[in-house]
Amino acid sequence: MSAVRVTGQLALFLLGLLAQCGPALARPRLVVQQIYNAGARSLIIVMLSGFFVGMVLGLQGFDLLQRFGSEDALGVAAALSLLKELGPVVTALLFAGRAGTSLTSEIGLMRATDQLNAMQIMAVDPLRYVVAPRFLGGVIAMPLLAAMFNVVGLFGAQLVGVQLMGVDRGAFWSQMQGSVELNDVWEGVVKSCVFGVACSLIAVHSGYTAEPTAEGVGLATTRTVVASSVLTLFLDYMLTAAFL
Amino acid sequence: MIVDVRDVEYEIASRVILSGLDLTVRRGRITAIMGPSGTGKTTLLKLITAEAAPTRGRVLVFGQDLATLDRAQVFAMRKRLGVLFQNGALLTDMDVFENVAFPLREHTDLSEPLIRALVVAKLNAVGLRGAAELMPAELSGGMARRVALARAIVMDPEILIYDEPFVGLDPISRGVILRLVRQMNDGLGITSIVVSHDVHDLAQIAHDSYLLSGGRVVAQGTPQELAASESAVVRQFMQGIADGPVPFHYPAPDLRTQLESVDER
Repeated sequence: MSAVRVTGQLALFLLGLLAQCGPALARPRLVVQQIYNAGARSLIIVMLSGFFVGMVLGLQGFDLLQRFGSEDALGVAAALSLLKELGPVVTALLFAGRAGTSLTSEIGLMRATDQLNAMQIMAVDPLRYVVAPRFLGGVIAMPLLAAMFNVVGLFGAQLVGVQLMGVDRGAFWSQMQGSVELNDVWEGVVKSCVFGVACSLIAVHSGYTAEPTAEGVGLATTRTVVASSVLTLFLDYMLTAAFL
Repeated sequence: MIVDVRDVEYEIASRVILSGLDLTVRRGRITAIMGPSGTGKTTLLKLITAEAAPTRGRVLVFGQDLATLDRAQVFAMRKRLGVLFQNGALLTDMDVFENVAFPLREHTDLSEPLIRALVVAKLNAVGLRGAAELMPAELSGGMARRVALARAIVMDPEILIYDEPFVGLDPISRGVILRLVRQMNDGLGITSIVVSHDVHDLAQIAHDSYLLSGGRVVAQGTPQELAASESAVVRQFMQGIADGPVPFHYPAPDLRTQLESVDER
């Protein structure tokens, strides 16, 4: 029953939020500021993670493929892994830990210090002024971050595969170019957009409904990470199944 | 009257907070709402600002029954009143100037020079024109409350509600806030509702007073009339007596019985 109630609350919250997204977009300054907060400030951790994930892909991929004498296919394997799975999923998990927690605690503390209440008394809807720009910022930032993750990841895979393990550079890139289709890219973009909506929604909802106490904000922040991670992996399975 | 609370009951989680409450606030006057902690004063403010709805009874503000207003009408009503929160509730990502300018930017299409002039005038009224560029974290408690007061009056409200404006302030800051409450009322003609425990400070400024206890009005009149009251509950509150009709002890079983049960365990 509790899960049904939470889902219902989340759906109603999303409807209210979507109704405020239009007015929020009419004032792009707030949204751009939140894209900076959620996106640009997460760039370092996303790029660093992408680089290491790419390097691991290069090593593991090379080890696996050379058993079949197909190490030239390393470029395709790395690209498909990153574009379709690792890019969107790992970026979403990193987003939940870095930007999601920040969104939740910021909004939760605004509630705890009466700032949201003060806005309502000043006849300003906090959903429009505070929540919608942060939600939109997260939704827009996620695919951009995933794209950066993929680019840096490919660079890492190429660095290990080509520079270290000696895979032919031409084969690495040409096989990738020949085998990766637009649909593969499209699958990754759709996934990262869906994860962006899910993670941002959970983050702003947890903050907005947090108990106005130090403990309440802490619990809400934890809830953001746990719920976003589980939902991301669940949605990943569903979307993968849908694209096959 | 500008605010009229009639036979209001408010219940939350099966606990009655307000019961049979009647209260009126007259235009242009300073009305003090006093009472022990946990007696429903802040709840009453929430009813007046339409943040909560009574379980029974009616709350009329500017002659409108709040229960009949839709969301847009509630927001329109709120534009005509200002609230000074206990902790100031300043927006922490903006400096003092932007905090005071916030309602103007949200609700008006005034030009930037006009907004600047209005904000400077309001900050000057609370003595903080020089603090316009400070961030809320750089302000003392008293200064934060004065900035919040400037923000509350920037839209020229008809009613100004002060929630515990003197709590946690040093004597000088209390004197400043006291003077400002009086100035807002005398100079701008704003109707003021002040919720506070501070009997002696309120006696200096209030025209009318209500004393709440147990979720209802137990006494009303001028501060002087309340001070002269023979009622036990009024005397206990006005003179700060620790025990009386408002008991010192939270309801508990008999002490001897409780100690014996501890021994048995």
